[in-house]
Amino acid sequence: MALTTASAQVVPEHPGRRSPAARKRRGSGSGRHREGVAGYVFLSPWLLGLMGITAIPMLLSLYLSFTDYSVFSTWEDVEWIGLENYVTMFTNDPSFVRSVLVTLVYALVMVPLKLAAALAVALLLNRAWRGVGLFRGLFYLPSLLGGSVALALVWSALFAGDGAVNEFLSFFGITGKAWVNDPDYALGTLIILGIWQFGAPMVIFLAGLKQVPVELYEAASVDGASPWRQFWHVTMPMLSPVLFFNLVLETIRGFQSFTSAFVISNGNGGPVDSTLLYTLYLYKRGFTEFDMGYASALAWVFLLAIGILTVVLFSTGRFWVHYADGEDR
Amino acid sequence: MTTVARHVAVRRSRFSAGQAVRLIVLIAGLLLVLYPLAWVIGSSFKSDAEIASNISVLPTEFTPSHYTAGWNSFDVSFTRFFINSTVIALLTVVANGVSCLIAAYAFARLRFPARGFFFAIMIGTLLLPGDVLIIPQYIVFNTLGWIDTPLLPLIVPKALATEAFFVFLMVQFMRGIPRDLDEAATIDGCSPYGVFWHVILPLSRPALVTTAIFSFIWTWNDFFTQLVYLNELEDYTVPIALRLFIDSTGQSSLGAMFAMSVLSLVPVFLFFVAFQRMLVEGINTSGLKG
Repeated sequence: MALTTASAQVVPEHPGRRSPAARKRRGSGSGRHREGVAGYVFLSPWLLGLMGITAIPMLLSLYLSFTDYSVFSTWEDVEWIGLENYVTMFTNDPSFVRSVLVTLVYALVMVPLKLAAALAVALLLNRAWRGVGLFRGLFYLPSLLGGSVALALVWSALFAGDGAVNEFLSFFGITGKAWVNDPDYALGTLIILGIWQFGAPMVIFLAGLKQVPVELYEAASVDGASPWRQFWHVTMPMLSPVLFFNLVLETIRGFQSFTSAFVISNGNGGPVDSTLLYTLYLYKRGFTEFDMGYASALAWVFLLAIGILTVVLFSTGRFWVHYADGEDR
Repeated sequence: MTTVARHVAVRRSRFSAGQAVRLIVLIAGLLLVLYPLAWVIGSSFKSDAEIASNISVLPTEFTPSHYTAGWNSFDVSFTRFFINSTVIALLTVVANGVSCLIAAYAFARLRFPARGFFFAIMIGTLLLPGDVLIIPQYIVFNTLGWIDTPLLPLIVPKALATEAFFVFLMVQFMRGIPRDLDEAATIDGCSPYGVFWHVILPLSRPALVTTAIFSFIWTWNDFFTQLVYLNELEDYTVPIALRLFIDSTGQSSLGAMFAMSVLSLVPVFLFFVAFQRMLVEGINTSGLKG
């Protein structure tokens, strides 16, 4: 199920089994040729996009990352500066180090809590009863709205010094801070906004829970396993491919968060760079300071980091992701 | 016999107690989750003084004036911003739908040289973080002279099937369409183009609808790319315009900002109401299920 099939289908199915009629048609060379031509006709927009929108810009940015290019420079006075951008980044750019740390803290705190919330609510909503659909829908709603500028604005008002959160805390005699303006807490408000959108992974967990065979629970019950043990020894192993899928997806998404940090800090990653997520720093260098060469280097470091992260996730997955078909991957 | 009956009764009452606890937890969770949304809707009808001091959802005095004031907060009214957002979102829907569908047809149904190679690349671009490309893309579009016509950099990539997620989704969907139908059409004399037009296109409607819904919502909420390419006030979309509220003023326009924020969420909310079942049970899992 789940990821197993997804990864198995990465290789397009081979046109093996076909009806005699099709085989006959295939036998004629011209029909096959015609299909090949048609294939490229249908694929041509995608191919053009791959070249023009993805491949060429990627190579271009790789080249520019070794230059001092800015938007204002003409192509003639772009200067090749070798590894200087990369060297600066790692030796002489406190903002870069800061943005890496901020992004790591954000993703490492937000993703596990988001997935835990998603799983907890999914377990509560797993069984069918009247009205369960409405609950599922309403818990999912923040995932549709949460990435918007509007919600980021709402968040900064909720967590402002005179915001609703502090009003609420004052009932308990707690005097809150201006959370969004406090370097120690601003990132926390972004993390809460991220967790708030747990509906999307929840929906995927629900789909996964549906696939766990009921017989397994019955068997565990007969053997006298408590619900707690059933959760750890039946649900979790059976759900691990889906958990893995969610983990990869949400981690990569988490590393790319931009809108909420941009809006809450009004585009500068403040206060004191405490919400300077990596993409926000990249935007600042590229589009407010116009250091496009440097920003290209930032982008390539990011790409490599995401690549390494994906490889690490997949290699650790081998130790804890359980596939029902028992195949070793 | 009686002990069994009692046992059953105890179990049943425990079960319903568990059910009640579950329901209470869920409702409490739901209230917490929905509070920010309810609060912003309520606050958009509060007077500015009340917004800061009243955490209850309902306004003490119903003040709808923020909506008219907010609508005309800037030199260009929100009418224009909503039109811009709608145009961009609808063009994206069409561009994404058409381009991803035909690319998916090639991958799912046609045999051509290097198909496996290109398919692997398509899967690779699924994981490619889009933000990495935004600067070089900007440079390319700038070189092409497209920056002054922001529709081009925003729409052309979509017309070239660069949203690999939707290509993948449609390939998966088309694999569920029986091949016998293609073959029957072929025997009847259909070319690959005819098979696409008469068989695949009509049967792919559910996948197209899903793609359309998500293209619309994602484009409507998109901020990063629109921030990069929209530089004139008349070209602004709703999210870019909303951002002006924090740029320009302080507390005084909080109500107006909330009113416009609420309006900006309405289209997505309507999509949610109309397609709730599908959103919750369909798309997110369609890439998962074999």
